[in-house]
Amino acid sequence: MEIGLGHYLTVAAILFTIGVFGIFLNRKNVIIILMSVELMLLAVNINLVAFSTFLNDLTGQVFALFVLTVAAAEAAIGLAILVTYFRNRGSIAVDDVNLMKG
Amino acid sequence: MIVTAIAFYVFAAIAIAAGFMVIAARNPVHSVLFLILTFFNAAALFILMGAEFIALILVIVYVGAVAVLFLFVVMMLDIDFVQLRQGALQYLPVGALLGLVLVLELALVGASWVITPDAVAAAASPVPAAADNITNTRALGQVIYTQYMYLFQASGLILLVAMIGAIVLTLRHRPDIKRQVIAHQIGRKRSEGVEYKDVKPGQGL
Repeated sequence: MEIGLGHYLTVAAILFTIGVFGIFLNRKNVIIILMSVELMLLAVNINLVAFSTFLNDLTGQVFALFVLTVAAAEAAIGLAILVTYFRNRGSIAVDDVNLMKG
Repeated sequence: MIVTAIAFYVFAAIAIAAGFMVIAARNPVHSVLFLILTFFNAAALFILMGAEFIALILVIVYVGAVAVLFLFVVMMLDIDFVQLRQGALQYLPVGALLGLVLVLELALVGASWVITPDAVAAAASPVPAAADNITNTRALGQVIYTQYMYLFQASGLILLVAMIGAIVLTLRHRPDIKRQVIAHQIGRKRSEGVEYKDVKPGQGL
């Protein structure tokens, strides 16, 4: 019962699909959409680290670290925009984001 | 070896189940808590793969910072989540279709994927041999601070920009609050602060 690269890639693929599915399922709730994006980034990280381990190359782990950095920055900025938007409109429904439509 | 397999299946199953609960939970607070569970199990998977440093950084950054940030925002904002859930099932068929297509594509790629035999030999920064007794953290540091120095600095810059951006976005000037303006205090004239009154004896003001 050897756990190989394929096992980890399968887990990452399922997590990524859950993230994509979550964006559609919670199309109105920006917070859940942001969490879905985090799930997708996590799946990418699992892929990077799995390849890094099974190809014996540290580059994948280094890039997982960079993805982690970008994910943290993205969450911070996204939630800041969310807080500002909620202050201005009193709602975070995606359907209400139509000010720029003209 | 069987212990590793059992550990992998347990952690992977919990990670996937928790990941599904993130998008399926009715209460966003529960979603955040399930997200934390997913991150913990992913960290355990990383440890199984031998990437201890990334695993612990994942716990620190995601659980310690990102998830708590999410929790703060969810609890701070007074949002009617029941209203937001309405009509969610309307997009279920499209989402399910897209997810299915994505899974099929990924399965196709995974099934036809073959790694070149010389990929291991061509590694840009190979993992040090076990005989050298170099830990994962030290090996990563040896790569990050030499080969990827500029990228490392750039990621620091990204974090700085994100921090400044978040502060600029959420900082608001409230006119109804009295603040200390030191320039006004220092620039005050004597005539603004002192007034002579000619008080007559026996009469007062």
